[in-house]
Amino acid sequence: MSAEQSPKIVIVDESPVRAAILEEGLREAGFTEVVHISEMQSLLARIYAVDPDIIVIDLENPSRDVLEAMFQVSRAVKRPIAMFVDQSDSASIQASVEAGVSAYIVDGLKKERIKPILDLCVSRFNAFAKLQEELERTKSQLEDRKIIERAKGILMKVKGLTEDEAYVLLRSTAMREKKKIGEIAQSIITASEMLK
Amino acid sequence: MTATLRIGFIPLVDAAALVVAVDKGFAAAEGLDVELVREVSWSNVRDKLNIGLFDAAHLLAPVAIASSLGLGHVKVPIAAPFNLGINGNAITVSPVLHAALMEEIDGDRFDPLVTAKALARVVAKRRKAGAEPLTFGMTFPFSTHNYQLRFWMAAAGVDPDEDVRLVVLPPPYMVDSLKSGHVDAFCVGAPWNSIAVDLGIGHILHFVSDILAHAAEKVLAVRQVWADTHPELVAALVRAAVKGAEFIEHPENRTEAARILAQPERIGVDAEVIQRTLDGRLKISPDGTFRESARYLLVGREGAGRPDPIQAAWLYAQMVRWGQAALTPDGVKTTMAVFGPEVYDAALGRRPPAQAPAAFGAFAGPAFDPDNILAHLEAFEVGRWKA
Repeated sequence: MSAEQSPKIVIVDESPVRAAILEEGLREAGFTEVVHISEMQSLLARIYAVDPDIIVIDLENPSRDVLEAMFQVSRAVKRPIAMFVDQSDSASIQASVEAGVSAYIVDGLKKERIKPILDLCVSRFNAFAKLQEELERTKSQLEDRKIIERAKGILMKVKGLTEDEAYVLLRSTAMREKKKIGEIAQSIITASEMLK
Repeated sequence: MTATLRIGFIPLVDAAALVVAVDKGFAAAEGLDVELVREVSWSNVRDKLNIGLFDAAHLLAPVAIASSLGLGHVKVPIAAPFNLGINGNAITVSPVLHAALMEEIDGDRFDPLVTAKALARVVAKRRKAGAEPLTFGMTFPFSTHNYQLRFWMAAAGVDPDEDVRLVVLPPPYMVDSLKSGHVDAFCVGAPWNSIAVDLGIGHILHFVSDILAHAAEKVLAVRQVWADTHPELVAALVRAAVKGAEFIEHPENRTEAARILAQPERIGVDAEVIQRTLDGRLKISPDGTFRESARYLLVGREGAGRPDPIQAAWLYAQMVRWGQAALTPDGVKTTMAVFGPEVYDAALGRRPPAQAPAAFGAFAGPAFDPDNILAHLEAFEVGRWKA
């Protein structure tokens, strides 16, 4: 950061985790004035109160249309412009839309100062998406493990196998049928329930 | 050969022709494998269309024009080769405002000039009493809802920028905002007006067809560049949408169409509420009063699907009237080209109709002449085209 004052940045996001990731990143990059708004009810009033230079909003927030209006009809904000970065910079626009972030820049902030902020937001949004994905994967893995445990129990009881033998049987069947071990385990549970 | 298309839409009844075209297989019959993507805001639909994440979109007619003119956002020329709907909005007011209007009303309460005059008196009374100005919700700065509210109230001298507050609200928030008193009224498409009435918190004051008998509402939009490079896909899409619209307009298909639209991944509300809109028979008051109008929403009827450049010019005139756009000869030309009917005619192998398209049927003001927009606007008392 230069000697110029840090721009005021508002983050509008209903996800507290993503907002925290974003805020942390901006602060690390030296932007000291960052405010998070999660309440959509008094969105405009809060934005007026903060009077930001930049508003970063997640794309899936229905209140984006509300912000568009603020930038077009309101005279309370000083001649604002709404733009991703620059009309000519379509690669940046595409990257931010795909990542799910949109930025509104209030007039008066130099364009070259906007670019690094938006780039940072895009990479943070992508990091959050990856985190979500991993969380989903971990969840389904946990679910799989539970199912495998149950299937092992059934095999041990019905076929008189040890735990290790039951697992080997599950694994070899899965390999032979080119299926996931979780799927084989699920079919054992289903079958045993039907045969009850 | 099958082409894969991603098309964005907002969960509203006027996406009907598009949704039915996909879900009834009319698009597939044209060789199109369409993925419909439900969106939460018009800004999103516009941006995803503009950068090519969507091949086509259900779009507010004025947004297609604003995007082509570069108003409010990035300039991306848009083509609207099919008109998804004519009319379809309504103005709903809170029970308190309804009572206040009925107290001031002098004449037929379905006559918009009568209600607008009543509104002017309510506004004047509130000002005298030092009360907050009335707040009206609409969906987007470049929306028919915005222009319809303004057209209506300005006819009785109510200045929409000075005498009341006009605020943007996402359609799903309209009902809550009316309930909480955040707004006193709103103008929105279906099914949100009906939902407010069913909850007992709103009265439908007007169908917008009371204000303008024939006004373009939503379009099927594509990027002009994409249309130029994929003419056969655009033609196939138009034919599929026309079949969707024709299906809906057969009264015996309405129940099925409503059921298709009611699915959770489409509009996701009760099929019965959707059918009211398609039939033009709406409950307008919590006491159960129904009102019927064959003009509530036109999907395909009266040539509704064929793009009409004069409709585009009228929308541009509203942008000029309310200070959103400057009036230039180039602007008129660009705007009218957005609603060019050539692609539609060619796709269907039809000649242009001999009859001129239906007029707006505005309840106030002079007849609209796209060749003389300024003279048209100067006939109105309220507006900011000179600012």
